[in-house]
Amino acid sequence: MSGSTWERPLDAVRTARAVRSGEMRARDVVSAALARIAAHEGALHCFNTVTTDDAVAAAERIDAVVAAGKDPGPLAGVPIALKDNLCTRGIVTTAGSRILEGWVPPYDATVVRSVAAAGAVVVGKTNLDEFAMGSSTENSAFGPTHNPWDPNRVPGGSSGGSAAAVAAGFVPIALGSDTGGSIRQPASLCGVVGVKPTYGLVSRYGLIAFASSLDQIGPFAVTVADAATLLDVVAGHDPADSTSLDVRPEPLTKLLDEGVEGLRVGVISDFLVDASPSVAAAVHDAAEALAGAGAIVEEVAVPSLMLGLSAYYLVAPAEASSNLARYDGVRYGLRVDGPDVEQMNARTRSAGFGPEVKRRIMLGTYVLSAGYYDAYYGQAQRVRTLVARGFAEAYTRFDVLVGPTSPTVAFEIGAKTQDPLAMYLSDLYTIPTNLAGHPALSVPFALSEGLPVGVQVLAPSLGEGRMFRVAAVLERGADPAARGPIEPRLAGVPR
Amino acid sequence: MTTDRPGHPGWEVVVGLEVHCELSTETKLFCSCPNAFGAEPNTNVCPVCLGLPGSLPVLNARAVEFAVRIGVALGSRVEASIFHRKNYFYPDMPKDYQISQYDEPINVGGCVELADGSRIGIVRAHIEEDTGKTTHVGGGGRIHDADYALVDYNRAGVPLVEIVSAPDIRSADQARSYVNELRAILIATGASDGRMEEGSLRIDANISVRPAGSDEYGTRCEVKNLNSLRSLGRAVDYEAVRQIEVLAAGGTVVQETRHWNEEEGRTSSLRSKEEAFDYRYFAEPDLVPLAPSEAEIDAVTADLGPLPAARRHRLGELVGTDGSPIPVDQLATVVGLGLDDLVLGAVGHGADPRLALARAANEAANRPAEARSLDPVAFAELITLEAAGQLSATQSKAVLAAMLEGGGEPRQIAARLGFEALGDAELEAAIDAALAAHPAEWARFKGGDAKVAQFLLGEVMRATRGRANGKVVAASLEARRS
Repeated sequence: MSGSTWERPLDAVRTARAVRSGEMRARDVVSAALARIAAHEGALHCFNTVTTDDAVAAAERIDAVVAAGKDPGPLAGVPIALKDNLCTRGIVTTAGSRILEGWVPPYDATVVRSVAAAGAVVVGKTNLDEFAMGSSTENSAFGPTHNPWDPNRVPGGSSGGSAAAVAAGFVPIALGSDTGGSIRQPASLCGVVGVKPTYGLVSRYGLIAFASSLDQIGPFAVTVADAATLLDVVAGHDPADSTSLDVRPEPLTKLLDEGVEGLRVGVISDFLVDASPSVAAAVHDAAEALAGAGAIVEEVAVPSLMLGLSAYYLVAPAEASSNLARYDGVRYGLRVDGPDVEQMNARTRSAGFGPEVKRRIMLGTYVLSAGYYDAYYGQAQRVRTLVARGFAEAYTRFDVLVGPTSPTVAFEIGAKTQDPLAMYLSDLYTIPTNLAGHPALSVPFALSEGLPVGVQVLAPSLGEGRMFRVAAVLERGADPAARGPIEPRLAGVPR
Repeated sequence: MTTDRPGHPGWEVVVGLEVHCELSTETKLFCSCPNAFGAEPNTNVCPVCLGLPGSLPVLNARAVEFAVRIGVALGSRVEASIFHRKNYFYPDMPKDYQISQYDEPINVGGCVELADGSRIGIVRAHIEEDTGKTTHVGGGGRIHDADYALVDYNRAGVPLVEIVSAPDIRSADQARSYVNELRAILIATGASDGRMEEGSLRIDANISVRPAGSDEYGTRCEVKNLNSLRSLGRAVDYEAVRQIEVLAAGGTVVQETRHWNEEEGRTSSLRSKEEAFDYRYFAEPDLVPLAPSEAEIDAVTADLGPLPAARRHRLGELVGTDGSPIPVDQLATVVGLGLDDLVLGAVGHGADPRLALARAANEAANRPAEARSLDPVAFAELITLEAAGQLSATQSKAVLAAMLEGGGEPRQIAARLGFEALGDAELEAAIDAALAAHPAEWARFKGGDAKVAQFLLGEVMRATRGRANGKVVAASLEARRS
């Protein structure tokens, strides 16, 4: 837009380099981020909490470290936003729910400590679908987040606040969580990079659980290099998470320029059938870009992946019904009194949970019930095995797979809120990865009617290295206009 | 209704017990909070055992080792296992689910041999976490009349092993013996302090009755809140009588969970089968499968000292060589109090096994802590003095009491107490004097009245102020009669 003073902010890698060298002050970087937030947050609602004072204080500490001749770390002075289901000591953490409104964790999630130790500065807690259940961030108890590309549209979800905060240039990097696509789908809809790492690569300690066997924390970033830098910082074994993998992966940032020469890339044909034409076209173009860079590209059918969605909507609610039982009004968060403890529990949960959370708790409780377990939960676990087997078979022939991230571009706010099934289908292409515990990412590639389209790159467990190599090539081949950040549009103003 | 009837003629009681054993680990099952009894409420807590959002469990390796020890001690198969979530709402359960083991427990099968030689089968012994403790305030402490409730989460997450017996128990006595034996085994493994009064062992009993001779099980009731052997015995008897009366009156026993009220000495319905929780078990996704290696199991097995049954057998073999009946109660007492090493040590130094066992089981057992540190050589010397008639039983007991009090050599103590051995001549003179003083009784004795022997013996003992050996006196009297 003409007449705008909006400047594209610096990416995380360059910011950290400048702060470490003393060329820039962390205090100024963070103040600039806070100023951008102040200017546009009202229109977008990316944050549930902006931690202005803490952020300034943390930035000043970084500057003091630099002044003392020490190295504050690879993310020195880089503003970062955290999804509001990551526990932050002394900072309200809501998971987007009334039931946790006002709850202040007494401890930091492992990833929060990791990013702080790397010199990043937390500027706020981002909005999300309540307990990460949703694909549009409309299920937040604190109101929806708007897409910076078009404020009448959703940013995707559930990590919509993090995706939009990066897309709006508030922060170059953010953390989200991905249970069935909650990082990749909003990344695709907001024109940023979003990564769901291998299950167990990043500690879940301090991530408010939705579905424990599927949840994984991962980065959002403007660039592939920034995403790799942030993932390098948060990846690694954590003794506080029993499902954390005891591996020391090679730094991803060193692999980004290795290219895709000779890499075998499978384009998942099953994912192209129901994708919108512009999305399918973007995937075809991405495949061509990879072939052009020397990859061996072929289409591959993996039909069992299409079974993933229905299995997911049994497994995830089942685990959620148990994970969310603790919000009972006894120890923390909301309490609505009643004549006895059962009534207090029931009233608290009735008042504290939103409709989508209640729907999934009821569904999950039902599928685990005596007499139904085998038909639903047991069957879903068998399907999960089938999905993993489908992937395993494909990975005997291919190093990575590519496909669309989301079937469509960002949809309008309210378009799917009355039709849960339509909303669930937003994650059709992202869910199989979670069921298999594999990594996948979404990288912005094309523009369709002024909205970004992401391409998904999938890899087998601990295949992050090759996944990022492919992403780096796609980033170079992408339509530059499809990549955030962009100056947030004002509501009601057509593009 | 009486609850102290010894048996239930025409009926058989069938009992299976679930014993929850708190493991004596330093820290809790899934976090590093202290596992300690008696601390200020809610001081041994952290995000994990409070179930705060985002917290995750990490399994305590020591608890697993204890569970394996228990499995080995019970003769269970120690198997690869997984954890499940047992879902139900309860305020003292921080996550509103309990992490437990369900269809793939760590220990499967096994048995417990009781002191009387009977064997009770073990179905499983699995790991799970304890809950917090709720205190109802106001309304006389009753749940439904209480003004409010206080919850202490210090106990939440304390490691438990739940030992499930087969329905092999047939009486209140046997139920008590089983728990007693199990307690001794658990203490022997080092896995538990066995303190029932501190809740280290808690018991639920599944009780049913059936007509004697039937091989079908009756409908069972699960009785909760049994926190002592006394409660267990009373509850089994009460429930048996209650169920027999229901059946005898033509009624049917309703499957339900019942609560034992110790003050009232009765059980009352807690919830029916229809009201039973659906626990919605599913595999705990926050923990990984548990698979103790053969080497780990072997190490535990090698490290495990002899268990109570083996110790009783060993002691029994020692005293059983003369062919007379083995005093099983004395074996159980001595092993139960850990005095078997004292007896074995004394026998090794020449003490008579039966006499050593008897003194250990009867007199030394009064002061078990002191008895355990008694010098076996000195104990052997005492037993030998008594067996040789140099000390009477009364004197021997007095010397033993003094040894338990302050240690020392039995000969020196005997001398200090004035228990010089009675010379043969002195003894014969004392007997002569006693017989002379009681001619009528002496005549009756000579005439074959055996009952009067005890009187004459007593007179001799009195005259010698207990210094005479009763056996020697009896032999002398017998010799004089012919």
